[in-house]
Amino acid sequence: MRRLTLNAAALAVLLVTIFPVYWMFLTAFKPTRDIQSETPTFWPTAPTLEHFATAVSAPGFWTFWRNSLLVTVVAVLLALVVALLAAFAVARMRWRGRGAFVVMVFAAQMAPWEALLVPVFIIARDTELLDSLAMLTGVYFMITLPFTIVALRGFLAAIPPELEEAAQVDGCSRLVAFRRVVFPLLAPGLMATSLFGFITAWNEFAFVNVLIIKDHDKRTLPVWLSSFRDVFGTDWGATMAAASLFALPALLLFLFLQRRVGTGMTAGAIKG
Amino acid sequence: MRTRSLWPYLLIAPTVAGGAFLLLYPLLKAAVISLQHFRMGELIRGGAALVGLENYQELLGGAEFWQVLLRTVVWTAINVALIVALATGVALMLVRLRRGMRLALMSALALAWATPVIAATTIFQWLFQSELGVVNWLLTTLGLDSFDGYTWFANGNATFAVLVILVVWQSVPFAALTLYAGLTTIPAELYESARIDGGTGWQVFWKITVPILRQLFALITALEVIWVAKCFPQIWVLSQGGPGDATTTLPIYAFKVARVLHRYDLGSAVALLTVGILAVALISNLRRMVRS
Repeated sequence: MRRLTLNAAALAVLLVTIFPVYWMFLTAFKPTRDIQSETPTFWPTAPTLEHFATAVSAPGFWTFWRNSLLVTVVAVLLALVVALLAAFAVARMRWRGRGAFVVMVFAAQMAPWEALLVPVFIIARDTELLDSLAMLTGVYFMITLPFTIVALRGFLAAIPPELEEAAQVDGCSRLVAFRRVVFPLLAPGLMATSLFGFITAWNEFAFVNVLIIKDHDKRTLPVWLSSFRDVFGTDWGATMAAASLFALPALLLFLFLQRRVGTGMTAGAIKG
Repeated sequence: MRTRSLWPYLLIAPTVAGGAFLLLYPLLKAAVISLQHFRMGELIRGGAALVGLENYQELLGGAEFWQVLLRTVVWTAINVALIVALATGVALMLVRLRRGMRLALMSALALAWATPVIAATTIFQWLFQSELGVVNWLLTTLGLDSFDGYTWFANGNATFAVLVILVVWQSVPFAALTLYAGLTTIPAELYESARIDGGTGWQVFWKITVPILRQLFALITALEVIWVAKCFPQIWVLSQGGPGDATTTLPIYAFKVARVLHRYDLGSAVALLTVGILAVALISNLRRMVRS
């Protein structure tokens, strides 16, 4: 009896949790006639791809898609490379100022980015970097960098340095030892870390709004989707199809990496 | 492990350069702008003059800032209380579930967690749409006829409520999964001996679970306070702080003042005050929670 109540409650939580996402995909596949009917249908009866066709052929869709992907991937890769260098210095070397550097990185993780909208806007304007994807990429890189360093330092510290030392004794240079020995062991950590960076950058909304003003071809998917009324009016099928296309990469990446990385999921307490 | 080598400094150089130009410099600039007379004219012509604490005086002396601050406190309190309470419930549930159901629920939570903010916001606009929205249909079907064609986004409190539901829905998964991870570290023997001693479920929760996970609870509460108080995209996309001022919290206020009114000086002051208030609130609370 207890178990039955528990399972029923769990099922209720599951349904409430999943319903908005389910409703998004369902609406995207529903024919317009079903979307506009008085009593909603809760499962696909006659799935259609017409809304996806509308969304994909909306003016600029592929441009925004490409912008989002470009900005996100470049920012995440750049952050990974820069963070790997710094994490290696912190985890494997002794030097004056290391403690202070670590404290600064932790503090930077708490950086009040919302308070920086105005100054970043003005700096971008003064350096003629308004309406430029480079500035946007730079900001996203900096937002994800501190967390990436902290996470990679943790993963690096978990790999015993004796492994590299053994390789160096066997005649490898430090660089080769790192590439052949440490890097393969670090790969899952790199993937877990990049997941958070990807989701942060893919989601980012405030800075695009401030930095991309005149040149609408430089906008990214979140801004485009937030102005769906200008694009689709009250066509909820097309709007939900667009939302699905925007959410899909994040959802797929999450499910894929979550299985691979397992417990790394909660290792870093961060959210977009 | 050479001590006197340049290598470590070369390795951190890109990080330091990035932090200096994209974090430290804007932060200093924000502080300076908040002490200047910096509006549309100064944006175009440059040459902003220092005015000392005038912007802060204007803010703290007017009624609007205090209204927005009070609204932000209420917004944060309601959201965080709901998030922590619901997440605790879900985490306790996860521990007790059998494997299959637990994995299903965890996947559902992960799915909600991973849904991009703007996508989720768009979905909620559709769910709460007045004519064809499924929420109004459900409420009407349940007999609440006043919700037939109800326009949620025309009423301040209703818009506030929708935003709370949205933010809670997005935030519970992270808190619940983290708390669940914490719960699994509590040895089962502790619970067994408490049961043998005749403790009820409620007593066991307050006397064993909460004290052991106190730091985790403190951490989650602190993180949620930060996220909820600073929450911007959901509110901006859904209501732009409206209708009226009903959903204008501090970040929305700062954005409106800066970008809509072109009062960059005042906007920076609001943003920095927000950071200051959050920092003070969190530090004093964290200290108390960890000590007690």
